[in-house]
Amino acid sequence: MGPADSAPPVIRVRGLHTRFGAQVVHAGVDLDVRKGEVLGLVGGSGTGKSVLLKQIVGLLRPSAGSIEVLGKDALNLSDRDRLNLQSRWGLLFQDGALFSSLTVLENIKVPLQEHTTLPPDLIEDIARVKVGMVGLAPDAAAKYPSQLSGGMRKRAGLARALALDPEILFLDEPTAGLDPIGAAAFDELIGSLQKSLGLTVFMVTHDLDSLYAICDRIAVLIDKRLIVGTIDSLLQETHPWIKDYFHGPRGRAAVAAHGGAADSREG
Amino acid sequence: MAGETGSISMAWEADQWVLAAAGRWDLAAVAMLEPRLRTADPGRSGANVCLDLSDLSALDTAGSLLIDRLIRRLRDQGHNVAVVGARPDLCHLLKEVQRAARLDCAQPPPHKPALDLVQRTGKATIGALQSGAELLSFLGLVTVTLLRLLRRPGRIRLTSFAFHLEQVGLNALPIVGLLSFLIGVVLAYQGADQLRRFGAEIYVVNLLGIGVLREIGILMTSIIVAGRSGSAFTAQIGTMKVNQEVDAMRVLGLDPVEMLVLPRMLALMVALPLLGFYAGIVALFGGAVMAYFYLDITFGQFLRQMQLAVPVEHLFVGLSKAPVFAMVISLVGCYEGLRVSGSAESVGLLTTRSVVVSIFLVIVIDAFFSVLFSYLGV
Repeated sequence: MGPADSAPPVIRVRGLHTRFGAQVVHAGVDLDVRKGEVLGLVGGSGTGKSVLLKQIVGLLRPSAGSIEVLGKDALNLSDRDRLNLQSRWGLLFQDGALFSSLTVLENIKVPLQEHTTLPPDLIEDIARVKVGMVGLAPDAAAKYPSQLSGGMRKRAGLARALALDPEILFLDEPTAGLDPIGAAAFDELIGSLQKSLGLTVFMVTHDLDSLYAICDRIAVLIDKRLIVGTIDSLLQETHPWIKDYFHGPRGRAAVAAHGGAADSREG
Repeated sequence: MAGETGSISMAWEADQWVLAAAGRWDLAAVAMLEPRLRTADPGRSGANVCLDLSDLSALDTAGSLLIDRLIRRLRDQGHNVAVVGARPDLCHLLKEVQRAARLDCAQPPPHKPALDLVQRTGKATIGALQSGAELLSFLGLVTVTLLRLLRRPGRIRLTSFAFHLEQVGLNALPIVGLLSFLIGVVLAYQGADQLRRFGAEIYVVNLLGIGVLREIGILMTSIIVAGRSGSAFTAQIGTMKVNQEVDAMRVLGLDPVEMLVLPRMLALMVALPLLGFYAGIVALFGGAVMAYFYLDITFGQFLRQMQLAVPVEHLFVGLSKAPVFAMVISLVGCYEGLRVSGSAESVGLLTTRSVVVSIFLVIVIDAFFSVLFSYLGV
């Protein structure tokens, strides 16, 4: 089940440039996401993490460069291929982005109703299973998004993102706005779903604990480029931002909490 | 991992009914498999069923659920079901799905149409009474805030007041003018058609003067303003409510009524009488144009007849209603805006409500004024 180095990458970004007017956000970003891994994308505010995520899922277009997802050129797709590809990934937005006029269960049913020909009772059952799998109480299924707490909205959004059993799961700051206990539980949930569903996970995050808890590799967006590596290899990096990030007070606390992945760094 | 799409074969082997699943049991395959599994039946009661999953190459939640449903149904029908040969990773997912599927959901109570009707009627009635009472108490709150503000006039938000005066007054001139002109034309035309039969065309001036100045001008203007500005008030304040801007004001010690409601209300109370006057003049002009081309009444004749037949009290009666209508429209608009809660949907819902309620109230109050004025003999 481990990430196989020989397999073609699930997401492959090459030479990506992004400009907004005179402002350059990305200058030559390269990235490979391997099948079955959890990749965390970190970087300071305004470095274009969410922009990169939106470009990969096709909500924004880069100024130059290529993006391949599941072996298909994501920037030049026919409408039909795009639809096909979209049903093979799920995206959890920062605050869930649930449709406010629909209940949680109806939200989860939407992609199933639109993209499959399953009978209604099976769709209902699948949606209920997803509610259970993301750890929502059964009575939350009939509630509207405005009646849920932030954490529950995220879980419901996750259930909708997983509705079509996607191969790739994109997460935009999944633990932002959750209390530490809720955040840890959410990390655990993503980890266990990733294992049982065999997902490839691409997550934008600020949360050091998430990085230590579930990420196999980490991509740091810095100076308009990406530096990718495991936590251990990034701890050896000498770039000041990366040093501050991992060796700052919060970074040290996270290392201590997760069993000293960096024991050797002083030695 | 590839493998072909999912399939299932059913056969009797010795005294076992063997169901062998093979290939990829994923969302794409489930649509085809589901009808077959729904009717799958060993054909005798209490059979030993063996579900063989050893040729399964891939499984997702939909596929797992299908297997789970099959097992449950066969067990419910009294068969003995044994599952063999599942790969450990697929088995893990299957167990996970079975756990999630067992969580029982509270089903909503069944619908009873007759009871529903009664319930909805009751709810709507009580809701209407409640929101009426709330609107009255909101009027009280606004009045108290206004009186407090009058003691310290320096706190009146002049910038905001001027901004809203421009929005609801100046910017409304084109649409109010155009519609009033057309109303004048239509009234003159219809009136002339009737009056001509008696050779009394000149009385079209009386009809126009009294009708427009006393009733139609201000009523039309109020309805246009309710649709144009009342809805804008609700949408603006409602969006601020969704963004928690209103909460932020309260926390910072700023009074939303003073900051948001009063500038809008005062601006509309100044703008609406002016708009009403303007609408009356434009409508009379429209009527005069029609009279000139259709009835050969010159502008001079029109004005002379106007002076003779339409005393200026009619204008005052009409305009005296304007501040009241303005207050109702802005009060309803702001009140509905402050009632917005959480979702984007409620902004839309309450904006619609705001327009409907304010037009309704304007017409009801107009009728009330008519009765009042006839009592007073004005």
